[in-house]
Amino acid sequence: MLTVDSVSVSLGGERVLDAVSLSVAAGEVVAVFGPSGSGKSTLLRAVAGLVDVDSGRVLVDGVDVTAVPTHRRSVGMVFQDEQLFPHRDVAGNVSFGLEMAGVERGERDSRVSEVLSAVGLDGFGGRDVSTLSGGEAKRVALARSLAPRPTVLLADEPLTGLDADLHDRLAVEVRSVLRASGTTTLWVTHDRAEAELVADRSVSLLDLGARA
Amino acid sequence: MAAAAVPPSLAVVVLVVVPAVNLVVSTLDAGALSGVLGDQRVWEVVWFSLWQAVVSTAVTVVVGVWPAMVVARHRFRGRAAFIGGLTAVFVLPTVVLAAGVQVVLPGEWARGASAVIVAHVVFNLAVVVRTVAAAPVPVGLEEAARTLGASRMQVARRVTLPLVAPALWSAAAVVFLFSFTSFGVVRVLGDLSSSTIEVEVWRRAIRLGDVSGAAVLSVLQVVVLAAVLVVTSRMQRSRGLRGRSVLSPVPGPWSLAPVVVVAALVSAPLVALVWGSFRSGGGFSLSGWRAFGSDEIRPGLRLGLDPLGALSASLVSAVVATVLAVVLGGLAVAVISVTGRSGAWLDAGLALPLGVSAVTVGLGLLITFDSGVFDWRASWWMVPLGHAVVAAPFVVRPAVAAVRSVPVDLRAAAATLGASPVRAWWVTVGAALRRPLAEGAGLAAAVSLGEFGATSLLSRSGSETLPVVIERMLARTGGSFRAQGHALAVVLAAATMLIVVLIDRWRDDRVGR
Repeated sequence: MLTVDSVSVSLGGERVLDAVSLSVAAGEVVAVFGPSGSGKSTLLRAVAGLVDVDSGRVLVDGVDVTAVPTHRRSVGMVFQDEQLFPHRDVAGNVSFGLEMAGVERGERDSRVSEVLSAVGLDGFGGRDVSTLSGGEAKRVALARSLAPRPTVLLADEPLTGLDADLHDRLAVEVRSVLRASGTTTLWVTHDRAEAELVADRSVSLLDLGARA
Repeated sequence: MAAAAVPPSLAVVVLVVVPAVNLVVSTLDAGALSGVLGDQRVWEVVWFSLWQAVVSTAVTVVVGVWPAMVVARHRFRGRAAFIGGLTAVFVLPTVVLAAGVQVVLPGEWARGASAVIVAHVVFNLAVVVRTVAAAPVPVGLEEAARTLGASRMQVARRVTLPLVAPALWSAAAVVFLFSFTSFGVVRVLGDLSSSTIEVEVWRRAIRLGDVSGAAVLSVLQVVVLAAVLVVTSRMQRSRGLRGRSVLSPVPGPWSLAPVVVVAALVSAPLVALVWGSFRSGGGFSLSGWRAFGSDEIRPGLRLGLDPLGALSASLVSAVVATVLAVVLGGLAVAVISVTGRSGAWLDAGLALPLGVSAVTVGLGLLITFDSGVFDWRASWWMVPLGHAVVAAPFVVRPAVAAVRSVPVDLRAAAATLGASPVRAWWVTVGAALRRPLAEGAGLAAAVSLGEFGATSLLSRSGSETLPVVIERMLARTGGSFRAQGHALAVVLAAATMLIVVLIDRWRDDRVGR
């Protein structure tokens, strides 16, 4: 479960989020939509601990993590531009979070093939990430974030940049992957239709107190 | 364009190809070969060259990577000045910086291997900082790693370091090249047990008159260098990181610590040099500056060195070498831009002096122009000619890069708008060339002012340049010579730094527009 309690964030002296509150129940997928520049990414980065908040609290499963560094928050994130590690192959990318968690090798390998299979990339483990198509890279990014079983998954426009046909197909697939894994997810997008397609519930960021 | 191709082609043949062939031919003398390879001292020198270069490189990379990462990530006041200052130190004449290091280091450390290594580190920090800061820092990947549970240490070890490693390796290769072929620093700071191949080449050719032996050694040096560069070239392959990093504000004043430490480390020898020029006989003294241009030890007793003559010889050399390097280099680049592939040999030929060493360049010219065909050994312009060959890569490399960045279609576009071929070339490639050539001219002048390696082989008694005179004065015993040498070094340092600062400012202006 994720609770954002009256969080305010300023970037470069300008207030981007003003007392935003929001909660996502365990296993729920909530989409936040808003125009570009409205602070969607900042909201996710605040939850992940990648930017400091001016005031307010972030709670994961009821525990205040506002002062906890990113790597101990159990918060996974899918980035808009994937951010796949170029020096690791597909399996190396997916197993990164498991290595950080100290998971043993055998267990790691089976978890990697499990999530790769869940996103429809059976047998892609040995591929160089620079050879992946746009859709494949998005799937790897999702698999990498899901592998260590984060308490909360943050998705920052994870389907942006795909052609319309692939976008819609992948949105449906991702929705079922998230359902199947029961991952608590906060998804942001500029695309209201996508929000409604993927999420159990969608809200407008402007209603939540972002800068107008 | 065919006519324009003649001078640079001729220059590459006469100044690079023929000397290189002559060098190799000289080594084919069986006596010289066995004489050199059988000499135990030679192997001691090879061993010293290798291990000091490895240690110098390792220390430079380890010290330089910290300020490099700060410069690559953050904007802060003095950032440009820091990079500019390091660069100015990098192009400082070798004997000048070595003189400064000698003043800084305490007595027993001021000569020998440790002094040589310290000087190499101070010199080459600019290479590490500039190379690493120019490569993109994977900020987004670091954030991705943190959301996957990596601590700051793990991010550094598992993500940042592997991705920055290619840039570090290419910096290391350059630092190794400079340290391995170090000459001026070793002449000033080395002792009997710490001599490089480069110094040994000079010693054989000039002191012992054994030109073939010197040629064997310089070819041996080139072979070792080539082997090292081939091995490290694999490590330099980039991982496909693209783009420029966005500079963020400094998180706190403490994070500037590496920058402050390195700035202090690098400026210490310069400050010491100025200080040293005001010291004589154990106290403060103006004698070094009063004696500045004097060629007498005391009235009537000659020093055998002429500081003012050297100053003018240096200025003349700098002007002639710059004109030669820019005219020949500029023509070469123009030819390369038009001929494309078939001009590649010109490109390679003019880059070659950077890969071998200044002393090797000097030795090649010495052998070539001391023969019956071209007996120009005694001509005054041998020194500027050597300087021009050494400086040519600094003119040609950036200019070729600028030319390559001009899209082919731009010339086509000019042609479709009615420009004649020559005019189309001039408004596109010509325009792209002007700035790099002007910057190259500045660098060539700075290189020539401080050039010591080729000069040591080519200069004749009575026409020494400033670095030669400074080295001789520092080698003499006596506080007043030392102070005078330091005063001369301060002037030479000021002149080269001024040139570099001007180039740097100019470049920043351009970026700002």
